[in-house]
Formats: sequence, structure tokens, C-alpha cells
Amino acid sequence: MAEARATLGGLGKPKEARAPGLSYQWRKTISYAAIAVVLIGVFIFFQFDTDFMMLWFPYIGRGVVYTLILSFGGMALAIPLALLGALGRLSRSAVLNSISAFYVSFFRGTPLLVQVFFIYYAFPQLAFRPGVPGFLEPVLVLDIIFAGILALGLNYGAYMTEIFRSGIQSIGHGQVEAAHALAMSPRQTTRRIVLPQALRVIIPPTGNDFIAMLKDSSLVGVAGSVTELFNRAQTTGRAEVHPFETLAIAALVYWALTGVFTFFQNKLERRVARGHFREQVHGH
Amino acid sequence: MATDIIKVENLEKHFGELQVLKDVSLNVKPKEVVVIFGRSGSGKSTLLRCLNFLEYPTGGCIEVDGTRLEYGHPTRARRDAIRQIRMKAGMVFQEFNLFPHLTVMENLIEAPVTVRGESKKEATERGKELLDKVGLSEKADQYPIRLSGGQKQRVAIARALNMRPKIMLFDEPTSALDPELIGEVLAVMKKLAEEGMTMMVVSHEMGFAREVADRMCFFDDGVILEEGPPDQMIRDAQHERTKRFLEAVL
Ligand SMILES: Nc1ncnc2c1ncn2[C@@H]1O[C@H](COP(=O)(O)OP(=O)(O)OP(=O)(O)O)[C@@H](O)[C@H]1O
Ligand SMILES: [Mg+2]
Repeated sequence: MAEARATLGGLGKPKEARAPGLSYQWRKTISYAAIAVVLIGVFIFFQFDTDFMMLWFPYIGRGVVYTLILSFGGMALAIPLALLGALGRLSRSAVLNSISAFYVSFFRGTPLLVQVFFIYYAFPQLAFRPGVPGFLEPVLVLDIIFAGILALGLNYGAYMTEIFRSGIQSIGHGQVEAAHALAMSPRQTTRRIVLPQALRVIIPPTGNDFIAMLKDSSLVGVAGSVTELFNRAQTTGRAEVHPFETLAIAALVYWALTGVFTFFQNKLERRVARGHFREQVHGH
Repeated sequence: MATDIIKVENLEKHFGELQVLKDVSLNVKPKEVVVIFGRSGSGKSTLLRCLNFLEYPTGGCIEVDGTRLEYGHPTRARRDAIRQIRMKAGMVFQEFNLFPHLTVMENLIEAPVTVRGESKKEATERGKELLDKVGLSEKADQYPIRLSGGQKQRVAIARALNMRPKIMLFDEPTSALDPELIGEVLAVMKKLAEEGMTMMVVSHEMGFAREVADRMCFFDDGVILEEGPPDQMIRDAQHERTKRFLEAVL
């Protein structure tokens, strides 16, 4: 990758325009340093309150716990939903197909924030309309954490249905026929032959979606008082009249978080590509 | 004489408007080896695929080792019969279709374990014998991508055999192979025939047919135009179309 870029950089270089001794890597390092200097300049010019940031960093930073609860919870719901959605889309049953198409269309077609508000604010009202039986109350009136996980799971499940579907469809029909010829049932074929192979295609974009969800979990903090990263930054920023500092803390933590998970995502992706699937690596 | 192990009666298959099989009837005795040949698109694959219901016939009846099934919509009873027939009929495809995410031995034991409910140990024991038979004992722990085409096809044969089928269906098993790899696959098939396996083979390997087949069927435009012992068939076919086809492939 580095070499590839270096070559490209070399190609784009006008003749004799740059100092000949400086490598691409060096020019990059210097550019980063320049960006850092500019940012520090801006911080100083606007009198950034670093002491305040130090003081509040631990509290706001601990919001990560809720960010992770929301994201892992949302993902734990989204994955089975996406699997069901994909199987529905691929099934020959008109009923299952319609349900799954409706699900995908609705949850992809409306904003996540609207869905969060619906589940957290609008559903509870329904519970208290005349004639609505009492046992529905615990289903309709949800704690913000559960409402958030539900909204994230439903929303991402809809997007990921398409990922799962294309993953499953990427497995050749010959595989299915071979399994059928061996008397494996459709269910056994899906579980033992198709899905394990589809995972290779599904895992990388699912990792991307998880990273996106880490950031989108902030929308749950907008709707209710779950003290995840953004919510803590927002409330303390307002109370202490230092919103710039508190939001900067939140932004830094989100950035670090996505950095960490992107690192793992890349490792996982490389592993899946290797694994048993030399086919893919060598081309077929 | 033993009763027929495969009975095909008035089989028909339509793909929409297109009728690919037109009233095909064919009986095969136990231990018999039948080679089916004919031009591309004549319906050879479709016939084999109807035998284990990878395609659903649109008319007629099939019986494999006593399990009989009329054409028709898949009901519960019919699905059950299809499962029975698939357990009795092993199939080998032109494109091998090994499972790439499983090792060779895992390929061999997958169906016996999940479908027949055998223990892994039991299925592996038999798998070892079969790999030995196809000459690939040392490849048990390899993934299919590491194998040559000929080795893949031999694994595919062993995989089908590990279900202990009563009959074996081969759909152009050597057509996707480089010429120098064809021999090793045909040798395995010949050995299988000598051991008394009932086989239906779609193939244009006339040498193999002459040596191994008990009967050849010339398939033309959805019907069996002509059938007979290989020598007679190859030397003096009755129909003009058969003669012309044989001239082209020999
Ligand atoms: N699933 C399908 N849908 C529609 N038409 C099909 C389908 N499968 C096969 N056919 C058609 O049926 C005819 C017979 O196909 P089949 O594969 O049985 O021929 P074949 O004799 O095996 O030919 P080849 O030697 O090329 O393998 C062809 O015209 C083919 O296009
Ligand atoms: Mg064919």
C-alpha cells in the first residue's frame, strides 16, 4: 500500500518542482506536523481550557461504557434480524418475501433519529390509550437503553439485510446442488454449506457497520438521558458553559474508539480472506 | 434375473415452453453401467438431474431401488421419497462442487454425519478407506483449493460414495479436466464398475464406454434415439444421426 502510494506520488510529481532528497514518507510526516501546529495555534488563539478538559475527561470518557453497551446490543440484535431478513428476501414464500422487503424499505427509508424518538417517545403514549390491554405496557414503554438498542438494531438490521443477502447469493448454485444431491435438507444446506461460506463476504462490511453504529449511538443520547459519550459531553458542556471543550473530548474519544475497532476490523478482514479460502486469494 | 434398480417411465421435463425430455423410458439392472451420450443441449444432464430430483420432472415416474415417485408438486410424502432417493443415488458433477470451506475429509463426512446421523468416527473410518481407494489418502487434511482437477473429482467421487449409495450418477465427470488428468478419474470409475456399482454416466469418452459400459444410449432432442451394447453401437449404429455424431467424436 505504502509503495503503491509512493509510486503514485512519484508519478504526479512535476519535474524538478520539489526538493529531490525528500521521500514521500517524509513529506507526509511534515504535513501532519503542519496540521498539528495549525490546530495548536487555533486552540491557543481561542483560549482552549485544557485544565477544564483534564478535569472532565474521566467523567465524559466513561460514557464509552454506554456507547459500547448500545453498540454491542444493537449489533447483537441487527445480526439475527439481517440474517432473517436475507433468508426472507431469498425465500420463495411470497409472505416472507413481502415482510422482509417491507422491513428493509421502511427502516432504510426513515431516519434513525426518527426511529429512536418513535420507540422512546411515541410508543409509551399508545400504552395509555383507552382499551389498550395492560400487558402491552412493558413492551411499549421502554427504558432509553432498550429503546436505543431496539432502534439501532432494527435500523442496522435493515441495512445489513442487503449485506447478508448478497453474501448468501455469492455462493454458487453448484454448492447448493451438491449438498442437495447428498440428501442434505434445505435447512442443513443453508446452515452447514452456504452460511459458513457467505461469512467471508459478510464479515468485512459488517465490521464497517459496527464502526458506523459506534458513532450513530450518539443519536440515542440525543433522545434520552442515557449517559453515553455524546450525552455527557452535551449536558456537562451546557451546565459548565464549556461546550467546545466537552464536545472536543467526546470527538476525541469517538475517534480513538473507531481507530481501535478499525484496527481489529482490518485484522479480521485479512484473516477471513486467508483462512480456508485460498481460492479468493489466488483468483479462480 | 434381478429386478431393475432404476426405472424411468415416460419421463417428461419442460422448462416453460421448452420440452427438454420427451417421454423417456429406461431401465437399469443392478451392477449395470450405462453410458449416455449425445449432442449438447439434447437433455442428458436434465435426465440425470431428474433422477435425483435436482430438477422436478413434469411428467412420468421414477423408481430407484424400490422407492417410487410420480411427478407432481412436492408434498411431505414426496419430499421424504426424494430424500430416500438422494441417499441411494450418489452424484458427481462436471464442476466437482467440493465444499471449499471444508477439508477433504470434512467434505467426505459432512453428509453421513448431518444426514445419516452417523458418528464422526464411523464416517471418518469409511472416509479413510474411500480416500485410499481413490488414491488420495495423504490429502485428507487439505482444502480442495490445493488439489488438481483430477484430484478434486476423485474426492467428489469418494464424497458421494461415503453416503453408501446404491447407484452412482456421473454428469460429464471428465469434461472440465485437462486431458492428462482424465485417465486417473476414469480409472477410479472403472474400478468402481468392477466392484459392481450400478452407474449411469453421461460421457463422450468412447474408450471408457467401450471398455466399461454394458450399454450405451444415444440421446437426441429429448429422447433416447437408440441404445445397445457399446461395440455394436460404435461399429454399426442404426440411425443416421447416431452415426454422424459418433463420426464426429471418434
Ligand atoms: N434450468 C433451466 N431452465 C431453462 N432451460 C434449461 C434449464 N436447464 C437446462 N435447460 C435447457 O434444456 C436443454 C437441455 O439441457 P441439458 O443441460 O440437459 O443438455 P445436455 O445434453 O446436458 O447438454 P451439454 O452436453 O451441453 O451438457 C438445453 O436447451 C438447456 O438450455
Ligand atoms: Mg450436460
